[in-house]
Amino acid sequence: MKKELICISCPQGCHLTAEQDNTGAWLVSGNKCPRGKVYAEQEMTAPRRTVTAVIATGSAKQPFLAVRTDNTYPKEAIPALLNKLYTMKAELPVKRGDVIWENVEGSGVNVIASESLDA
Amino acid sequence: MKMMSKEFYDVAVIGAGAAGLAAAAETAAAGFNTLVIDRQDRAGGILRQCIHNGFGLHCFKEELTGPEYAERAAEKAIAAGAEFALCSTVTDLKKRDDGTFELVLRSKEYGTKNIVAKTVILAMGCRERNRGNLAIPGTRPAGVFTAGAAQKLLNCEGFLPGKTAVIVGSGDIGLIMARRLQWCGIKVKAVVEIMPHPSGLTRNIVQCLHDFNIPLYLSHSVTRICGKDRVDGVDVAPLSDPENSFHIDCDTVLFSTGLIPEMELGKMIGVEIDPSTGGAKVNANYETSVPGVFSAGNVLHVHDLVDFVSEESVRMAKKVIRHLNGEKDGETVKVCVNEKLKYAVPSTFFPGRDTVFAFRPLVVTNNGTLTAEQDGNVIWKKKIPFVRPAEMICFELKGDLINGKGELTFRLEEGEKA
Amino acid sequence: MIYDTAIIGAGACGAATAWQLSHTESKTILLEKETDAAFGVSKANSGIVHGGFHHPSDTLKTKLELRGNKLFDVLHEELGFPYHKCGILVAAYSEEQMETVKKLYQRGLDNGVTNLELCDRARMLELEPKLNDAVCGGFFAPDGGTIEPYGYVFSLVESAIKNGVDVSYNFKVCNGKYENGVWTLTSADGRTVQAKYVVNAAGLYADEISRVCGGEEFRIIPRKGEEYLLDKTCACRPEHVLFPVPTKHSKGVLVIPTAGGTTMIGPTADPVESKDDTETTSSHLKRIAGLVSDMINGVSLRDLITSFAGLRPVLETEDFYIEPSKRIPAFIQVAGIQSPGLTASPAIGEYVVELLKKEGLELKAKTAERVKNYKIDPADPAWNRIVCRCEKISEAEIVEAIRKGHTTVDGIKFHTRSGMGRCQGGFCAVEILKIISRETGMSVEELTKRGGGSRIIAGKLGSLEVKA
Repeated sequence: MKKELICISCPQGCHLTAEQDNTGAWLVSGNKCPRGKVYAEQEMTAPRRTVTAVIATGSAKQPFLAVRTDNTYPKEAIPALLNKLYTMKAELPVKRGDVIWENVEGSGVNVIASESLDA
Repeated sequence: MKMMSKEFYDVAVIGAGAAGLAAAAETAAAGFNTLVIDRQDRAGGILRQCIHNGFGLHCFKEELTGPEYAERAAEKAIAAGAEFALCSTVTDLKKRDDGTFELVLRSKEYGTKNIVAKTVILAMGCRERNRGNLAIPGTRPAGVFTAGAAQKLLNCEGFLPGKTAVIVGSGDIGLIMARRLQWCGIKVKAVVEIMPHPSGLTRNIVQCLHDFNIPLYLSHSVTRICGKDRVDGVDVAPLSDPENSFHIDCDTVLFSTGLIPEMELGKMIGVEIDPSTGGAKVNANYETSVPGVFSAGNVLHVHDLVDFVSEESVRMAKKVIRHLNGEKDGETVKVCVNEKLKYAVPSTFFPGRDTVFAFRPLVVTNNGTLTAEQDGNVIWKKKIPFVRPAEMICFELKGDLINGKGELTFRLEEGEKA
Repeated sequence: MIYDTAIIGAGACGAATAWQLSHTESKTILLEKETDAAFGVSKANSGIVHGGFHHPSDTLKTKLELRGNKLFDVLHEELGFPYHKCGILVAAYSEEQMETVKKLYQRGLDNGVTNLELCDRARMLELEPKLNDAVCGGFFAPDGGTIEPYGYVFSLVESAIKNGVDVSYNFKVCNGKYENGVWTLTSADGRTVQAKYVVNAAGLYADEISRVCGGEEFRIIPRKGEEYLLDKTCACRPEHVLFPVPTKHSKGVLVIPTAGGTTMIGPTADPVESKDDTETTSSHLKRIAGLVSDMINGVSLRDLITSFAGLRPVLETEDFYIEPSKRIPAFIQVAGIQSPGLTASPAIGEYVVELLKKEGLELKAKTAERVKNYKIDPADPAWNRIVCRCEKISEAEIVEAIRKGHTTVDGIKFHTRSGMGRCQGGFCAVEILKIISRETGMSVEELTKRGGGSRIIAGKLGSLEVKA
């Protein structure tokens, strides 16, 4: 099996080719950096994405806090993650990088604050 | 953060987005009194509402979200000692008889206040082209937004602009918003692009449209907005056959149809505008036709990556520092482009000095060739693997290469069909 | 209570009538089916104070136009709405057109406009240097210019309210009965208002109002006009309102320096079927741009900031129909108020009051309180917080508009100009929603563009489920 992909790891958007060999391993070409190889392998087996969102703070001045996952997260589980995030409330103050939700559903991925907000 | 403490500055930076912050960090670090003025209550500009990732790989060597990039850029400027006037709008900008500049600021905190500065940096960014600018026919219901306005509603205020949407224009903001809407439970029915190719980065087509099976109609336009009180749909037609339109039901239409430099303050002080960019005409010092007034970032020309905005602004700030140190430059030479390039920035340069040129291609091609000609000779040539209107082309040419006195002409030639 | 007068329609005519009545001891109510004043015919209008030379002197419209033109000086002073009294130029681009110009000039003189100036080519270019080279002459009418029609109507209504007039919005009259000397008007949602006299100033719907009240049968034909608005910085903004030589059916496509600083080009004139048809079309834009480029230099569609369409309420007679009903008592018809209706409206207000008197309404003059619009307290810190960057509108002005009862986004836009500039609200819309919510206590989700179902926000983040 052979598949053409466009790398989303950075804005360069390398045009990748992923080809499966006899052992089932994926051979990746067209990537300008190692991240392209990782992306293509993941995309062919278990696609993952970085998730960004906002969560409520209860503060009138800054009603929402921007957050992100600190690593890519399994694509098929993103809707459930987002639905949960929209019910959560962040306690202020928050510093950029603070963990808001640790080890989401046992994935090893944390949701962290993208910005610092005063109380 | 140090707030505005005086009435006289070496440098007044208008706009605390990526461009303004990068410039302020440089000039303040070089010891010049620098004031950054912004309308918002926090520094960072539009980056604040761009909560998605994809920023910072060039400037910070890691992938950041907009707010992270904004905070880091602001921290640099703050650490360098730049002062800030936030929640403040510059309503007037004038040149004084002694060559300095007078700015009128209005804000709740400062009232109406006059500031004097030796140099002015125009870093106001862009506004979005909207439905009115494009004269899209139809009714005028609620539910029509620019992509950026919808982004602010969602990401800063937590309000959903609608339940089902059509996005007009495939610029990066529109693509990012397609994913954001989906990630908020809003169904995106289609993205409609008038050009035969997408206007946004390829990776955004993949992760924002393909991931959600959102159809992209290229070479199509919205011919009619329907709905009395609230949008209830749009008519879409192929450009080749405008009569053959089809209807898409939706309650929301977002416009992501390009950015226009927010250059009104520059026009106020008589800065000459480059019609091909909508921004100022600048020389290789990023100095406008009004000496002492500089410009960089999206208000100069629209960039596709914020990292390039910061880099350009740092280059400009170094020239502002030269200017403040009293260094003078010689005569400039004009830059021309062929019809496959929309523009070159800067539009003039100083022969013999290293110069970074930025171009916006008008064609889609693979393995295109960019050449520079001066005095009838090809003095520089470069293969460009992927030429896309969505992607700026940017190169530095060394001073010893461009030391002739004749016009410098850049030509983009197409390679293979993409 | 029983009002002396109920006025149906808070457009220019209804508002002007209400304002006149607010200077008397009588009790008046203004009924409007929309959520704010001027939201019907009046808002989508060229905003021109005409010069009294387009129509023959024996028509009611000319009589009222001439009087209205004079009254605008008084009202501008009294109420403080912006009036750009720049004068009007009619330009001819051929000798044949010049013949029509001379006829118009003569008609103006016959109508009693004494200060018209017939101009040769050189004088035209002196008055208006941007005119297309092909110009061969024309004439100049100094007494005329542009107003913001909604600003004018709002000023009238706000002043009327201050002086005792009641206003009921979202009151769509669907029935009227006259019994024992009193009219009972019923709204679509079942509210009733009682009054001794009724003024039917319902614009496009004057025919329907007349019908549901048992009055004369007539038909209002909507005639659509598309207008295109150019940025303040556009190169083609003229010094005067610029008219072409009119045709039989229309005054033609004009170049209008608006009172707000933008430049408007238009309108078109097309009869349409529906009274809701305010759609713009793509074919007209190109035609209008071509027509105005033939008149003046510097027209560029890059300066386009928005477009809209309005409907003129036209009767078959093409004249105004302002008289007491012959079928039903104590009922004044104010119908067919197409161009120059806005110019005539202050005079229509006066005229209607005279008709009411003749019908038996007793009116005793009272000293009315002056209410100037756009009054700013420089000590208010909110005056220095600019919310709308393109038009430089402060928070204080937006709050003032809300406190005067304009709680929709369009209402605030028409009152303050916020969101009317080059970004069309792209930057300030969210901020304005928050201010309306703060000032009125309404949630942002309840706020509308212009009332009815024109809600702007669909819900809060999290109210829709994210699906795979």
